[in-house]
Amino acid sequence: MKTVFVTVGTTSFDELIEAIISPAAVEVLKDRGYERLVLQVGRGTVFPTSKTCSHITLETFRYKDSIAEDIKNAHLIISHAGAGSCLEALSAGKPLLVVVNDKLMNNHQLELAKQLHSDSHLLYCTCSTLTATLRTMNLSILQPFLLGQPQNFANFLDKALGVK
Amino acid sequence: MLALETVVVTLVFLFLLFCLRLYVVLKSGAKYKPGSKGSVSVLVAVGSGRGHTTEILRLLGSLSSAYSPRYYVLAQTDRMSEDKIHAFESSREQGDSEFSVFRIPRSREVHQSWSSSVLSTVNALCYSVPLVFRLKPDLILCNGPGTCVPLCLVGLLLGVLGLKQVVLVYVESLCRVQSLSLTGRILYPLTHYFFVQWAALRDKYPKAIFLGRIV
Repeated sequence: MKTVFVTVGTTSFDELIEAIISPAAVEVLKDRGYERLVLQVGRGTVFPTSKTCSHITLETFRYKDSIAEDIKNAHLIISHAGAGSCLEALSAGKPLLVVVNDKLMNNHQLELAKQLHSDSHLLYCTCSTLTATLRTMNLSILQPFLLGQPQNFANFLDKALGVK
Repeated sequence: MLALETVVVTLVFLFLLFCLRLYVVLKSGAKYKPGSKGSVSVLVAVGSGRGHTTEILRLLGSLSSAYSPRYYVLAQTDRMSEDKIHAFESSREQGDSEFSVFRIPRSREVHQSWSSSVLSTVNALCYSVPLVFRLKPDLILCNGPGTCVPLCLVGLLLGVLGLKQVVLVYVESLCRVQSLSLTGRILYPLTHYFFVQWAALRDKYPKAIFLGRIV
């Protein structure tokens, strides 16, 4: 089943959860072939169940020790702008749509999401433009994200410190 | 009055001497090659955020077995990093796991007020002094959390007092694209090797080393 995984990390991001389970958004997801929606809601107060959102297969949880499995099983990841979540999704090679929380505009975490967007590694929107973005998004323009190279650091340091 | 003047003159003299020594330590540390004696002992300042810990372990993972022993220093309130450290060390090759874990009081919580931050940093400094004086590492490696600052300051103090030359290496987090963290801004003039991972920061901080993304 084509799955969308939504993650907000350790934050509370009710606006995103409400936006993604809205009838308009769910309809767009189904039109694009997604049949299952998994929501990781963190500290949020909105906790949808299959009763509150019956039009798509739904699973909701707050936290897990590791969301690696959920990321692996997803075909699209929708995430808050947290660096950890973004990097985890990108390292797994999954298409990523980052939703910016307007209430946290001065958060420096946005710097990384913005840079990764400008390098075409992820798509970017706000809660109010979420449905429109889902409708028109073209995931094929996303560039693969290559992991950093700590070996370059090691080589530099070995040389600088005279390590053989 | 003579006694007071003597005290003031002595203090000013000591302060100037301290500044001169600090300048010498910063200049000479950049040329010091501890690797030539075989092994390089590393003091690692570990942060309590998942991101910081993940990044520092990625960096350590790339270093050879010459970087040993490894002394990990954590904040007392950190509950999660120690497991990650043990997992990392057991994944290293057999015989290359000489390491210890130490704890010092937390320097600063996120969003802690300036005045109480100064107090808690001074408190952390008091614990850092005996620890770093005892370990006398060749290298201090850090990447941003508050634990870095007192440890690096004591590392510099070891050099200023002529007790040990300590090389200070700072790697700014991958999350910092346009602006340095507070720790980064404090340590930029005080470290021997300061790494940034995005070009915008290299342009803003000319002394920084840019090798692209390294975590």
